[in-house]
Amino acid sequence: MFAIERYNKAQNVKEAVNLLAADPDAKIIAGGTDVLIRLHGGSKEYRNLVDINGLAELKEISEEAGGAVRIGSMATFSEIMDSDIVNRCVPVIAEAVSTVGGPQLRNTATMGGNICNGAVSADSAGALLVLQADLEIQGIGGEREVPVVGFHQGPGRVSLKQGDVLTAFRIKPENYKGFGASYYKYAMRDAMDIATIGCAAAARLDGDKIDELRLAFTVAAPKPIRCEHAEKTAAGKPLSEKTLEAISDIVQKDVKPRSSWRAAQEFRLHLIRTLTQRVVRQAIERAGGKF
Amino acid sequence: MAVGKSPRRKDAVAKVTGRARYTDDLSMPGMLYAKYVRSPIAHGRVLHIDTQKAQSLYGVEAVFTFEDVPDKRFATAGHPYSLDSKHTDIADRRLLTGHVRYQGDEVAIVVARDRLTAEAAVELVQVKYEEYPVAVNAQTALKADTPPIHEGGNVIGSHRFEVGGMLEKAFEEADEIVESHYQTGVVQHCHIENHSTYAYMDDMEHIVVVSSTQIPHICRRIVGEALDIPWGRVRVVKPYIGGGFGNKQDVILEPMAAFLCMKLGGVPVKIELPREECFISTRTRHSTRSNIRAGTTKDGVLKGLDIEIFSNTGAYASHGHAIMGAAGSKSCNLYPRSVIKLKATTHYANIPTAGAMRAYGSPQVIFGIECLMEEAARAINMDSLDFRIKNVARQGDINPLKEKEILSCGMVECLENGRELIGWDAKKKAYKNQTGHLRRGLGVACFSYGSGTYPACVEIAGARLILNQDGSVHLQIGATEIGQGSDTAFCQMAAETLGVSFDNIHVVSTQDTDVSPFDTGAYASRQTYVVAPAVKQAAQELKAKILAYTALMTGQVPESLDLIAGNVVFANRPDKVVLPLDKVAMDTYYHKERGGQLTADVSYKTRTNSPSFGCTFVDLEVDIPLCKVFIKEIFNVHDSGVIIHPQMAAGQVHGGLAMGIGMALYEELLIDENSGYIYNNNLLDYKMPTCMDIPDLGCAFVETREPTGGYGNKSLGEPPNITPAPAIRNAVWDATGVKIDEIPMTPKTLYRHFAKAGLI
Repeated sequence: MFAIERYNKAQNVKEAVNLLAADPDAKIIAGGTDVLIRLHGGSKEYRNLVDINGLAELKEISEEAGGAVRIGSMATFSEIMDSDIVNRCVPVIAEAVSTVGGPQLRNTATMGGNICNGAVSADSAGALLVLQADLEIQGIGGEREVPVVGFHQGPGRVSLKQGDVLTAFRIKPENYKGFGASYYKYAMRDAMDIATIGCAAAARLDGDKIDELRLAFTVAAPKPIRCEHAEKTAAGKPLSEKTLEAISDIVQKDVKPRSSWRAAQEFRLHLIRTLTQRVVRQAIERAGGKF
Repeated sequence: MAVGKSPRRKDAVAKVTGRARYTDDLSMPGMLYAKYVRSPIAHGRVLHIDTQKAQSLYGVEAVFTFEDVPDKRFATAGHPYSLDSKHTDIADRRLLTGHVRYQGDEVAIVVARDRLTAEAAVELVQVKYEEYPVAVNAQTALKADTPPIHEGGNVIGSHRFEVGGMLEKAFEEADEIVESHYQTGVVQHCHIENHSTYAYMDDMEHIVVVSSTQIPHICRRIVGEALDIPWGRVRVVKPYIGGGFGNKQDVILEPMAAFLCMKLGGVPVKIELPREECFISTRTRHSTRSNIRAGTTKDGVLKGLDIEIFSNTGAYASHGHAIMGAAGSKSCNLYPRSVIKLKATTHYANIPTAGAMRAYGSPQVIFGIECLMEEAARAINMDSLDFRIKNVARQGDINPLKEKEILSCGMVECLENGRELIGWDAKKKAYKNQTGHLRRGLGVACFSYGSGTYPACVEIAGARLILNQDGSVHLQIGATEIGQGSDTAFCQMAAETLGVSFDNIHVVSTQDTDVSPFDTGAYASRQTYVVAPAVKQAAQELKAKILAYTALMTGQVPESLDLIAGNVVFANRPDKVVLPLDKVAMDTYYHKERGGQLTADVSYKTRTNSPSFGCTFVDLEVDIPLCKVFIKEIFNVHDSGVIIHPQMAAGQVHGGLAMGIGMALYEELLIDENSGYIYNNNLLDYKMPTCMDIPDLGCAFVETREPTGGYGNKSLGEPPNITPAPAIRNAVWDATGVKIDEIPMTPKTLYRHFAKAGLI
């Protein structure tokens, strides 16, 4: 039993936008795997719900003529994991979302929810950040497209206004073609857990040198982040243990993990250094590089 | 023959198809729902409580505070009643309290027409507290200036013994004395079905309590005691249960449900705890701190063991006073030829109450002992497996504490069997001198356990058999099926002795104290051991009645007859059927001039308690930079006497191993040292391992025949979770050279130790 006060099931995206815009307290319920947990926990912020389940246009996963991959915001993690397009073009997304919760959760939770709830630990965020995905959003003022890099504002906060509905993720071909990518979720157990630290990397090589490295972390700062210093350090460097060490040394400048009862800052920093080396190595190997 | 085979569990299909009804599935018209108002602080006193707003909420039927409940203290531990006034449980709890002793303590309770209204009303109850200093562990709880959590101080019990000789003398004869300090954390049972109960009255005098309990008959007594009503007016019904592991060997919600129902004119009132409340206000495993010394000769003779242990029982006594005595005494069956000295202290603290949990203190005590055995062996450069084989119990040894002979013992065979299963000797060589990030290690640990609670408590079991018209037989027992498979095992026993097929034995899975035979319930790994004689005797009696009646019908001599596979046959010509059992049965019921319903009803007191034995072997890999342990192979090898049902026995072992792995590497209820605040009372933050974390689990049995067991059997329910933790700790030491003397060895713990050792 949940203390839901108002519930509307939207028939299309436009109706969802209008329902949300009409009620400042209304919240979207997508897969429900966060909203229902909060209601169970006694939260009063999720009592007016606009349900966007059943909107088929938000579930589609497709490949555009130009090569861009489009993933509907309401595609579940299971659907993403099973998608041929995702596994062929952007397998790191499948790799990342396969680490979320367990099978039952992945059958209902959506990538849209995972990003819009602003979770610092969102497993899909790392993959989307290194792929520089764009977000298609419908709002009161019409449609817009914004990059995921910069979308997160802080714990639980993203750049969405009341009335906005995220409709799809779009990954341009230049952001995945030629890249090898990898995601590693470090958690206290191998399922049904949130990340202690999540690390994603995408690398493009130029012969035996790193042409471009993109490195992202979750839970390493108050929001999912990209690692500017580490990425700059990597650019143009040869594939060597020394390079990996240099990247993992400098990455401390990019992160700001905190101490909590879940894990101490010192431990998280150790994990960040360790994962930087392991995940970057794997991304490079997947791009065809050899050490 | 039914014993030793693996017929399909009696409840298997009902459970997997969802037909089995658990307490929460049962509902009654007009049922009300109750919810506790819990203290947000860990220690203090209620200064003021205002329930007016809650009471005026639409749908709220009543609110009771600590001022409205009887001023009567009662004990909750699910022990049999003791006639010895020195051996009674500690009565330190009222239905509600104004002196709160842990975060979550119960100051009031709301009764409403549905759960959501009750939840909303709880938030409307306004409570002001005066805060007291908080003590969460032995160091603070036992300090002289710490305010007492209960009248009479914070020590609730101590156990001491020194057996097998004098420790001081034993240590004089030792060449090496090793010593270490060990710590074990607070873990919880995490049974699938949370605590749930409801009470109703359908006459003016009897109160019916339906509950997810391991101990219906004890529950009846405690409800009677708590409410000061004669026990005969209380009826407790136990439907199907989704696990207990000891957490339902305590009476937690039942007296309150009965109280509310009586107050409200007999209407049904249900209390069910969500997982979050189940974590903080049912029971946990005692956390412990111990200091253990061991003395050994150069050639590996364990001369003496000196165990000093503090166990933290939390806010209320529950089983606290009994657990360390029970756990400490079991070490004497494991190393019976050594001097053993125990000094155990149990204390209160401002944390959730600890009670019975699978293996009742043994995992904590054995963790220290078996870690130290590894250390002792290494101190004299002896293989730790050889060291154990040299010192563990053998058949014919005398338990120095109980002064009883060990009649069956396969401990050495278990260790030898495990050596082969894991490939100990070859791997020990292969794993020497490793470097790098990934390192392999081997570990072993062994245990002994009891088969019941005798002579500390009475061991009484009851069985009733009824011959039905169709020749099938109904079995009623007082012992409770809680998922472990006891109903099935008892049916096998009845089938075996009676001579009726397993499929023709029907078991009444529900216990109802108004009709079920008396039995104290599921705990102490007792049921197969202590119920077996009752079932066996009842089956023998019913069989004798059937044969006598057949003799009456046929003119044969009863001694010439036997009952085999549902037919009365000639004893010397078993292939020759005298009468099929259904024909006999119909005659007993419906013949106008003779017969009557054939039944047998036996209550049996067991006055023995045979030790069972076993061990864990583990081969694991440590990823040092990741601070993670990956178990490659793990085996439990058990001597539980004759195995009644091999498939269910393996299931017990798998479950216990998984629980032991959880305790070793994952699980801990995290409590703030200063405030007593509980951080992780949910299954996301409390890291119980999932199927992804548990490796393939191996098990094997060394089948001895225990002469005191009804069918040669000994205990198995709890033992599998005793030794995984020390075996894993010993293997982590073997792999990394880092000795970790605390559990759980979570990545956070490993990080601390690996960093200190300079490995990372």
